[in-house]
Amino acid sequence: MVETKSVLGGAIRRREDPALIAGQGLYTDDVAPTGTLHVAFVRSPFAKAKILSIDTAEAAGMAGVKAIYTADDVRHLGLLPTQVAVRARPLLADGQVAHSGEAVAMVVATDRYLAQDAAEAVFVDYEAQEPVIDLKAAAAGDIKAHDDMDSNVIIAWTAGPFGDEDGIAKTRETIQAAKDRDDTVTVSIEMVNQRLVPTAMEPRSVVADYSPGYNRFHVHSTTQIPHALAGAIAKTFDLDNSQVNVTALEVGGGFGAKLNVYPDEILVAFASKALGKPVKFTESRREAAVNTIHGRGWVATATMTGTRDGQILGYELDGLADMGAYTQNFTAAIPFLGLFVGSGQYTMPTYFNVACVLTNTVVTDAYRGAGRPEAEYYLERIVDAFSREIGVDPAEVRKKNYFDKFEDAVSPIGFAMDTGDYGANLDALLEFVDYEGMKARRDAARAEGRLVGLGLSSYVEVCGFGPSGLSDLGFNWGAYNVDSAFNGSGLVRVGGDGKATVHIGTGPSGQGHQTTWAQIVSAETGIPVDNIRVISGETDDTPVGIGSFGSRSAAVDGAAAHEAAGRVKAKAAKIAAHLLEAAEEDIRFEDGVAHVAGSPDQSVTWAEIAKTAYHPHLLPEGMEGGLEAHAVFSPGNATWPFGSHICMVEVDPDTGNVDVLEYLTMDDCGNVINPMIADGQLHGGIVQGAGQALFEDAIYDEQGTLLTTSFMDYLIPTATSMPSFQMERTTTPTHVNPLGVKGIGEAGTIGSAQTVVNAVVDALADLGVKHVDMPVRPRRVWEAIQAAKEA
Amino acid sequence: MEITLTVNGEKVTADVEPRTLLVHFIRDELRLTGTHVGCETSYCGACTIHLNGEAIKSCTTLAVQADGAEITTIEGLADGETLHPVQEGFWERHGLQCGFCTPGMIMQAAKIIEENPDPSEDEIRHGIDGNLCRCTGYHNIVKAIEYAAAKARGEEPEPAEWETV
Ligand code: FES
Ligand code: FES
Repeated sequence: MVETKSVLGGAIRRREDPALIAGQGLYTDDVAPTGTLHVAFVRSPFAKAKILSIDTAEAAGMAGVKAIYTADDVRHLGLLPTQVAVRARPLLADGQVAHSGEAVAMVVATDRYLAQDAAEAVFVDYEAQEPVIDLKAAAAGDIKAHDDMDSNVIIAWTAGPFGDEDGIAKTRETIQAAKDRDDTVTVSIEMVNQRLVPTAMEPRSVVADYSPGYNRFHVHSTTQIPHALAGAIAKTFDLDNSQVNVTALEVGGGFGAKLNVYPDEILVAFASKALGKPVKFTESRREAAVNTIHGRGWVATATMTGTRDGQILGYELDGLADMGAYTQNFTAAIPFLGLFVGSGQYTMPTYFNVACVLTNTVVTDAYRGAGRPEAEYYLERIVDAFSREIGVDPAEVRKKNYFDKFEDAVSPIGFAMDTGDYGANLDALLEFVDYEGMKARRDAARAEGRLVGLGLSSYVEVCGFGPSGLSDLGFNWGAYNVDSAFNGSGLVRVGGDGKATVHIGTGPSGQGHQTTWAQIVSAETGIPVDNIRVISGETDDTPVGIGSFGSRSAAVDGAAAHEAAGRVKAKAAKIAAHLLEAAEEDIRFEDGVAHVAGSPDQSVTWAEIAKTAYHPHLLPEGMEGGLEAHAVFSPGNATWPFGSHICMVEVDPDTGNVDVLEYLTMDDCGNVINPMIADGQLHGGIVQGAGQALFEDAIYDEQGTLLTTSFMDYLIPTATSMPSFQMERTTTPTHVNPLGVKGIGEAGTIGSAQTVVNAVVDALADLGVKHVDMPVRPRRVWEAIQAAKEA
Repeated sequence: MEITLTVNGEKVTADVEPRTLLVHFIRDELRLTGTHVGCETSYCGACTIHLNGEAIKSCTTLAVQADGAEITTIEGLADGETLHPVQEGFWERHGLQCGFCTPGMIMQAAKIIEENPDPSEDEIRHGIDGNLCRCTGYHNIVKAIEYAAAKARGEEPEPAEWETV
């Protein structure tokens, strides 16, 4: 790949890695304080049932059992704190079960095997009720997910432009008028964006240790949001946040699944306090499938109208999103994130309407991309279908309808976007991949009778939340007792040895923050990267921060670290000027020293500056001692990364198997801090999106039992699922943060599923196939081929 | 039941319950926590170790089955301070992100290049097909193993896809 120059120093090896490759990285389940007790949950086999009685007598007498808790024991702690508490959940099912796998009782024993033995001996008498599982049936509303609700539909996100009823009506009229014209073409497809299990390789784990003498909790948890967890526990037990220290050690993947405070995290804290012992709970893989959130789960109809030469005149998306049985952290807000990018990179009038529906299934919430992959999937699939219908190259149709290169534009739905140059990005991809050559290769393969297809798509996403002003609209973390909006926060401290520590409230799960934040601070101060240590995932030792999710850490908290570093440098410059008897403006920082511009010999090291800072009598008159700064950073806007992907697939006509032959990308995430890490984020993101397109599917039976709880039934991509990538990037910096970075954690996932499906449909188009729902597993593809042949 | 085995070159004798899984014995009793549990059903490979010279999944092996065996875990793979070529490859080629799959992936990869010193991309991909990674998309894992194989052959690995500084 061609080198992209980073403003911040480029690819350096990760400092996280030496421990991890030696098996010495510490994850939550590796924590085992002496005397730790272990938890096993009793879970409901029914999706909807009344709990008539719970008999714990036999289990309570079994070897090693210390306690068994039910809703009666924890009701006083209240419901699980959540941000959008439309239907908050109890910590343990309280008289009523609303999804299969819901925890009904909690067993605490001296070891994990004994806890499980006892959990199996707890007898629960259920009265099963008919659940509502199917999304459309739930929206129609005969059966309610909860008997006390009037409707399963809890909110609808409607836009066009956002929030303005008159605007929405006018947009719909405009679109209708376009449809009514004789010279327009309208295509409409109902598509499923199926339910997924996020599946971080590390199952969730939490260890709570309560110290009665200090009335403090120390909780280890594998979480993306340590400060929210600390706040939630403090709130539950009526403590100050400073009485709870949450440590997130290495987090073995998150993808949104660890962007929640879970009942089990509160419950182990409760048990530790009650029993005076450390208490641990670690999910099994099977359990994770019903205990940790799911993602996606939409059914929607996309409709596009335009002229025969490819001018799009209107786009409508109308559908339903499955919330599962309760609302947890962001549950009902996920489709809202889709609405943000509902009109994508295009200028056409757009109507977006997605209703949030409760069902008796596992709760859905943010899964990598969270709303944006759904929105882009529908949009890019229908652009593809529209292009095919009018017989114009999909690249041409896209370019014709893109926003021109811009700084600060407003999307048709009404959102302010930072920067974009979509046409140049797509052109760069087409040149990079030799688009005409790819088409020729596809056509040559087809001429041999092979089912080969080419899939193109582009995306814009929105991330890097964000501006603290959103707090007034309810976007803050008050529900978890965290006194913060979505802004960032970072503290940089230079110790007396001239080495720096960065204290930051992020919650990484493999993104290489230790390396990246060190690069940011090094670039600003000239302190060598190896002399900068990053401290995160420890609430006692970091300023309040809201964690890592939504591709926000670099653009928001990284920018805060940069600001803090700048302030430290400004003070250091004053001290250096004092020591060198030079003017402050003439001080330059390079390679770990401050020198006078033009005379490199006149210099002091960071260690000498720092030593002075901690001996105030050596400082200039009136200057305070110490060398640190804390910056709270609120960006001017969220960031809007974009890109274009293309892939080639081959379908086996006899089996329906889809083979992805090539996958090439041109992404634009603004400035890049470490290209090695940014590319790695794309690789993983693309494969997760392709995993949705090709394999992954959380399947319920009619009774509401999840059938896909192991890796045998829930297929995630393996090493043979996808080819190696060919990647390039364009660079369109943002102006909403001082680093010019946008975010890269989710872009790959947001751009990839539709790329694969577009290619599969292209491969089958000559047979008359117009759409195949995800996952495009062999049987479904084979059936689509057969149906097309019969038609 | 009493079992005696050699773990990373040291003799270990312990009394275990017959139902104890080998992975739990390694993690909980020996406190070698580099070996991970990702599924307990022999699909994900996070628990891969070497037992009598074979790469095996320790979550579906009982501790008692390892009586008399020689075991190497990720903690015992490096030669003192010198990293195993596969470990080096993973670091040099960004073959890991969260690192959870990494110990199992490295143990598997070490066997692949031991048995086939010059594997093709396809052979590498098939060789790690039983080890799941949710972070990397496998792209850089393949590069890391190619790097390691070249190193183990005494050759210069292909340059990285990015410019290193
Ligand atoms: S834990 Fe052994 S294969 Fe997954
Ligand atoms: S690096 Fe996270 S699962 Fe492989």
